[in-house]
Amino acid sequence: MTIEGWILILGFTLIVAALARPVGLYLDAVYAGRRTWLTPLVAPVERGIYALAGVRPQEAQGWRTYAVGVVVFSLVSALVVHAILRLQGVLPFNPQGFEGVPPAIAANTAVSFVTNTNWQSYGGETTMSHLSQMAALTVQNFASAAVGMAVAVAVSRGIAARGSGTLGNFWVDLMRGVLYVLLPACVVLALPYVALGIPQTLAGSLQASTLEGPTQDIAVGPVASQVAIKMLGTNGGGFFNANAAHPLENTGALTNFIQMVSIFVLGAGLCVTFGRIVGDERQGWAILAAMGSLFLVGVGLTYWAESHASAALVAAGVDPSAGNMEGKETRFGIAASALFAVVTTAASCGAVNAMHDSFTPLGGMVPMVNMMLGEVIVGGVGAGLYGMLVFVLLTVFIAGLMVGRTPTWLGKRIEAREVRLAVFAILAAPFAILVGTAFAAAGAGTAGVQDGGPHGFSEMLYAFTSAGANNGSAFGGLTATSDFWAYGLAAAMMVGRFLIIVPVLAIAGALSTRSPAAASAGAFPTSGPLFVGLLVAIVLIVGGLTFFPALALGPLAEATASGLF
Amino acid sequence: MSDRPRAPGLLDPAILVPAARDAFAKLLPTRLWRNPVMFATAVVAAHVTWVFLRDLATGTGQPVFAGQIALWLWVTAWFACFAEAVAEGRGKAQAASLRRARSELTARRLVNGAAQPAVAASDLTPGELVEVVAGELVPADGEVIEGVATVDESAITGESAPVIREAGGDRSAVTAGTRVLSDRIVVKVTAVQGSTFLDRMIALVEGASRRKTPNEIALTVLLSGLSLVFVLAVATIPALAAWSGGGVGVIALAALFVALIPTTIGGLLSAIGIAGMDRLVRFNVLATSGRAVEAAGDVDVLLLDKTGTITLGDRQAVAFLPAPGVAERDLADAAWLASLSDETPEGRSIVVLAKEKFGMRGRDMAPAHARFVPFTAQTRMSGVDLEGSSVRKGAVDAVMAHVAAMPGARTLAPEVRAAAEGVARGGGTPLAVARDQTLLGIVHLKDVVKGGVNERFAELRRMGIRTVMITGDNPLTAAAIAAEAGVDDFLAEAKPEDKLDLIRREQAAGRLVAMCGDGTNDAPALAQADVGVAMQTGTPAAREAGNMIDLDSDPTKLIEVVSIGKQLLMTRGALTTFSIANGVAKYFAIIPALFAGIYPGLSALNLMQLGSAESAVLSAIIFNAIVIPMLIPLALRGVRWRPAPAARLLAGNLALYGVGGLVAPFVGIKLIDLAVNALNLV
Repeated sequence: MTIEGWILILGFTLIVAALARPVGLYLDAVYAGRRTWLTPLVAPVERGIYALAGVRPQEAQGWRTYAVGVVVFSLVSALVVHAILRLQGVLPFNPQGFEGVPPAIAANTAVSFVTNTNWQSYGGETTMSHLSQMAALTVQNFASAAVGMAVAVAVSRGIAARGSGTLGNFWVDLMRGVLYVLLPACVVLALPYVALGIPQTLAGSLQASTLEGPTQDIAVGPVASQVAIKMLGTNGGGFFNANAAHPLENTGALTNFIQMVSIFVLGAGLCVTFGRIVGDERQGWAILAAMGSLFLVGVGLTYWAESHASAALVAAGVDPSAGNMEGKETRFGIAASALFAVVTTAASCGAVNAMHDSFTPLGGMVPMVNMMLGEVIVGGVGAGLYGMLVFVLLTVFIAGLMVGRTPTWLGKRIEAREVRLAVFAILAAPFAILVGTAFAAAGAGTAGVQDGGPHGFSEMLYAFTSAGANNGSAFGGLTATSDFWAYGLAAAMMVGRFLIIVPVLAIAGALSTRSPAAASAGAFPTSGPLFVGLLVAIVLIVGGLTFFPALALGPLAEATASGLF
Repeated sequence: MSDRPRAPGLLDPAILVPAARDAFAKLLPTRLWRNPVMFATAVVAAHVTWVFLRDLATGTGQPVFAGQIALWLWVTAWFACFAEAVAEGRGKAQAASLRRARSELTARRLVNGAAQPAVAASDLTPGELVEVVAGELVPADGEVIEGVATVDESAITGESAPVIREAGGDRSAVTAGTRVLSDRIVVKVTAVQGSTFLDRMIALVEGASRRKTPNEIALTVLLSGLSLVFVLAVATIPALAAWSGGGVGVIALAALFVALIPTTIGGLLSAIGIAGMDRLVRFNVLATSGRAVEAAGDVDVLLLDKTGTITLGDRQAVAFLPAPGVAERDLADAAWLASLSDETPEGRSIVVLAKEKFGMRGRDMAPAHARFVPFTAQTRMSGVDLEGSSVRKGAVDAVMAHVAAMPGARTLAPEVRAAAEGVARGGGTPLAVARDQTLLGIVHLKDVVKGGVNERFAELRRMGIRTVMITGDNPLTAAAIAAEAGVDDFLAEAKPEDKLDLIRREQAAGRLVAMCGDGTNDAPALAQADVGVAMQTGTPAAREAGNMIDLDSDPTKLIEVVSIGKQLLMTRGALTTFSIANGVAKYFAIIPALFAGIYPGLSALNLMQLGSAESAVLSAIIFNAIVIPMLIPLALRGVRWRPAPAARLLAGNLALYGVGGLVAPFVGIKLIDLAVNALNLV
């Protein structure tokens, strides 16, 4: 570990924290329909779209209508993506003449992009036409991120509502997320990317003459724009198979840093937005503080683990002081790779700039644990916040009992119905991850696994964890193209997305019908350091107890067998 | 104060022995399914028992190990049932003695003024009249419509001092099973046997009508949800381990599952609830539902009647303030005369003050010469007419109006009024006294604030509870007393409907309100309040309206009721935290044992250095079982509670039950493992 490495990590944390407030206030203004500096430009477009689609923007929806909107929109999107991928061979913008995508891969990809997972069981530059990349995948990069933010905002509104029973209008929230936030931000972000050497073209590939003489095809395309949204929307689906490790997708230290910040910026900002919506910004900062604590622990552990050369490297006579450089890009190094791995799995991004498969057992376990905890550490845009709010609800419930009062959260009583729904939401990810991995390990998925022993187990566990948590990052070492993996992971992604969104919206719906009571000195504050600590403990204990056996059979078994590294 | 049998202690054999027997009956699946966590434990125990029997029969496997695990799993479930039975035990003993009181009741109906031969009390119907004379037991709940009697209510309240019950007013309610000590009363039956107060009391102390409270339901949902998470975590282990080619012992898996699910809180949950009700009962407060006890813990606003709660019940005369030109002795003499027939505490205190200051003693007052004028709400005065002279005392306005209406009135209004206002501003009550057309002056009646109430209200404030004093006094007097007592707010010149409005206003702002009351006109407010404590001495209407009944009729107990409610919730929260935190250590005991055959390296996770895989599993299960009886005293007593801000309470409880819950099992399992290995149990 080096001073420079720690400066990078702390500098990154501080910049994200500094951006959270301005971004959060902007998001609050956008979703509340207040005037922003983009309003003159975007409002006419917005009104036009509502008029065309027959949306009455003033119409507030109850949680059921809102949830139906989310689910129907996502299912229709999945069908459209599936159709485009299957038919890309006969559709335009296919300069390389790719065939239609096989059914299982197309289904997996459709679900993957619609659920904001962006698990890719294909190589982008060798499978997808430009039309598929742009009209199917990039559109979903925007749409699925906007859905996540909409749900987070709707849930915040429900918690703050004074008995109205409504959460806002899904279609309006969806459009505002795209028009006021994601599109303009991507335009702004794509420019520095292009300036820093990331290609943006509709051409298929370039021909280059190598030093040895023969020519080589270098795939290019509309990369910069896709990178902008894949990070900002925590999608993570790379243009290239190598994702952010590819020199044209992530050219150097600066693009790497901007990409990491853009993964976190909306998720962190949404915490502040939550605070504004419920009328007490400190509530949002407390949540962000809990996320930040978990994040720093994870980064510290990963950085520490990756700074140690693995036993295999030592045996091969590599200088151990370089740390575990296997599977990492020399232009990023240990600190930037460790930080990227934690950021991308803490948020539900899933872009990678290094091979997680090559991490040390403990270094590779942290990204897995990040996902297993439900990606509540900043998390996917929106998803991280509403996932964390479920844990907040449980924490409030337990803490409330401990101070001798019926638990109340922001002035609203927590009753059996909310607890039941929160339990549902918390069960979704373990169900997807553990049941999926159990089927895989029992034989259904072992064919695609590269390694034996605990490391092979980790490869399977990571895949289902990534899918169940809607992350999309790949550990590597797993060929996930078989029908089992394609459909199994698709199912895990659906469960991990909608079996959380629907109960969370239902919780918000239940809370929205109650009027908040004035704060009482008898209720404990949900914004102090004590609450932050308790929230962190509950997240760790619930997540830890759920996945301890699985982790023991994978990374822990590997670490204890090889002397930690 | 109580002449009921002394409440048995926590570890009284008279309760433990029957409880141990009852616990077996509670293991029946039909009864156990109400507790999901324990039901799951029993299912697993049954499965391990089957494995044990199979291994024993076939001579394969590890029957000794399986047998011990099965035994301890059953013991775990039995301990939970035992905890519930112990909690119920005290109530049962009390219910038995109440039942005896009920079975002996007979009644003599009164038809057309003539008493009929005695019949069983169970034959009575509401509306019938019965006669009860000295020495007899009141056969049914009812209202005295004729006569006055002293009644011994110790069977119900435990209070041995007899109370007065009389027709009309707020002391007209009599309760089945109480004994009339003197005189004769006629009672109109209001409740038949089966629904009398005594019956309700029996049901309540026995816990027969116990339903899960909202918080208890929510907590049960959470515990069931956690159990489901662990079903997932444990049930997937064989498949996950299949990859590595190693088998996982089914007994160890079963043990892991039971160790992880929150058996500690699951086993003690209902005992905590029953014990909370029981604490109230021993405090001589009956709650009609567990919901009411919980609500008491949530109370934000306490409405307290000034009289009897904040001040000593009676106002005392402390000074005579004569009008200019009137001798103090003349004023005292007139006030004394006017009060001789006044049996209210205020009237008596005037007589006492006059005696103290001027040595006035009773004089011959032949009925022919003196005619007493009782107080009425219309005149707001009382007094006496003597041979052409009339003496009046009463509300300042009323007496002044009375004097002004007489011919040749001497008007000293400004001076007397000033003196009256001075008294009121100081928190006292002025009483004007007049003889014929002469206004003599003011008697200063002082409200005496009870000692120590100031501190109690400060405590409540620290807990976040606001106190509001309700009084019929004028705002000036009310403000002075409120300041002296240290309440947060007051409602002056309160009429019953003002009380109701205040409660509705507070509730509309989302606050929970507690109040106590005894009169019929309190009934609407008692019913509206979230916690309404009716006094046992109160009217039947008030007792019906409240959701708690204070057998001691002591309004200050509202404060204790709140703390018992809080304690109940805190005990649940603390044990839930403890139970969940326990899971961490159990993992570190069982996981290395479970996978030791597959990955020997995982023994690095054996932080406690437990002897062997089998001893580790057995020790974890034994710890899991015995922690339940070890915590029974805590569950029954409730966690320690003192008034403090919520954040401080949370920090304290987290340190004790959260951190303690993490650490305790590491120590406990290690010690048990040492014993298990020393005894060669596996």
